[in-house]
Amino acid sequence: MSFITGVGLTAYGKHEGSSSLDLMSKAAELAIADAGLTRRDIDGVLCGYSTVAPHIMLATVFAEHFGIRPAYSHAVQVGGATGLAMTMLAHHLVESEVVRHVLVVAGENRLTGQSRDASIVALAQVGHPEYEVPLGPTIPAYYGLVASRYMHEYGVSEEDLAAFAVLMRSHALMHPGAQFHEPISIADVIASKPVALPLKLLDCCPVSDGGAAFVISRERTGELGISVRGCAQAHTHQHVTAAPALNQLGAEIAIARAKQNAGVAMSDVRYAAVYDSFTITLAMLLEDLGLARRGEAASRVRSGYFGRDGAMPLNTHGGLLSYGHCGVGGAMAHLVETHLQMSGRAGDRQVRDASIALLHGDGGVLSSHVSMFLERVR
Amino acid sequence: MSGKQPAADWTTGVHAIVYQSCTGCGSLQYFRRTFCAGCGMPDPVEKRASGAGTVYATSLVCRAATPETRAQVPYNIVLVDTAEGFRMMAHGDNDLRIGDKVMARFTQFAGRLVPYFGKSI
Repeated sequence: MSFITGVGLTAYGKHEGSSSLDLMSKAAELAIADAGLTRRDIDGVLCGYSTVAPHIMLATVFAEHFGIRPAYSHAVQVGGATGLAMTMLAHHLVESEVVRHVLVVAGENRLTGQSRDASIVALAQVGHPEYEVPLGPTIPAYYGLVASRYMHEYGVSEEDLAAFAVLMRSHALMHPGAQFHEPISIADVIASKPVALPLKLLDCCPVSDGGAAFVISRERTGELGISVRGCAQAHTHQHVTAAPALNQLGAEIAIARAKQNAGVAMSDVRYAAVYDSFTITLAMLLEDLGLARRGEAASRVRSGYFGRDGAMPLNTHGGLLSYGHCGVGGAMAHLVETHLQMSGRAGDRQVRDASIALLHGDGGVLSSHVSMFLERVR
Repeated sequence: MSGKQPAADWTTGVHAIVYQSCTGCGSLQYFRRTFCAGCGMPDPVEKRASGAGTVYATSLVCRAATPETRAQVPYNIVLVDTAEGFRMMAHGDNDLRIGDKVMARFTQFAGRLVPYFGKSI
């Protein structure tokens, strides 16, 4: 068994003058304090990557900077799935008694540390260097391709996709740390600048500065017990050209494995935290995970199912689409919010019951998947 | 067939789309390797594709991030299922739709030769 004993999250948006290490340190301090620990208690460190400050040994760079000497430490890289992949590894590390307290940390000054163009170019490199990248695709184009096909096969419209952007924005309005605080409508999404059609600007997550961290421990450090009930991964391809058919993607494989690993059924789940780099990502993943039938996720959004007061509250902080996306930390904000909900600390955003939560992360172009169930233990 | 020889296809500036076929299991692959990714057998046979195919997906890029690509917007990125049975990424006419029958030609894009699909006549 493992427990997520502390979480830390900065506001997302602009942190002028902060480096990636600054943002990682800030989030780490918050998470360690939240766990009721000191930095000397931390004996394991896992971190992601920074496109602004790439380094072949970021975890030890961070550990030295932060002032700790861990017994176990390295970086992990699976794109947007990195945060949950690190959490899964930390869970196994403490369960197998390699270490007692693992700090999982990420942070990046992706917005102010480099130009938007530089971010777009860096991220496009997830494509094939010989057969895709020379064609000038961008991350939105890779997902635009998937979106066009998904809309074609399942009768999903641009208005359907826009509903996810509107939902995430409505949630972000309630979180002071979110990057965006102006309400948007379906019409605003449809009228926003074309990026890689069918995806428009408001179908895409922003580029942000920010940091997030957790502590995963062998035993609880206070009365509260938020435990990792089970988790699993699936990796079917890297490049969109080599992706399997839409009904054979990794999310379906990962969730099936995670349900078996956790002994949990979807009907047990009370809160969902699902990767939402683009509106299409969220629509597809919700349907792949079984939180809606094929082509029906948008109608569930419109009926309030995924709202704060709905049957399955989803990304109540605003998700990548509206809380923001600072790289590895981006989707870690989903877990921080889940933890706040599960521990009854979400304030105005608090949902009725978040006793069992499903988290799902996706890296690349629906390439790498991690599904995880968290449970509140009395 | 040695993978150490450069590919004689559009990725090296040659007007051709080339794929590989495994002599063992018959798998096709578009990304060039010295072995079959299906069964591991070495030296898959290289074949030249006809250029005929069907549009699988499209995305019209309107926001590019380098001066060279920005000069070309909007440009249509397409995935095409070729008549031979492998999938590839290319450029295509801006009005292509999923399911359209297409034929490849070649064009210059940001200083490189790239495959470009238009509707078959």
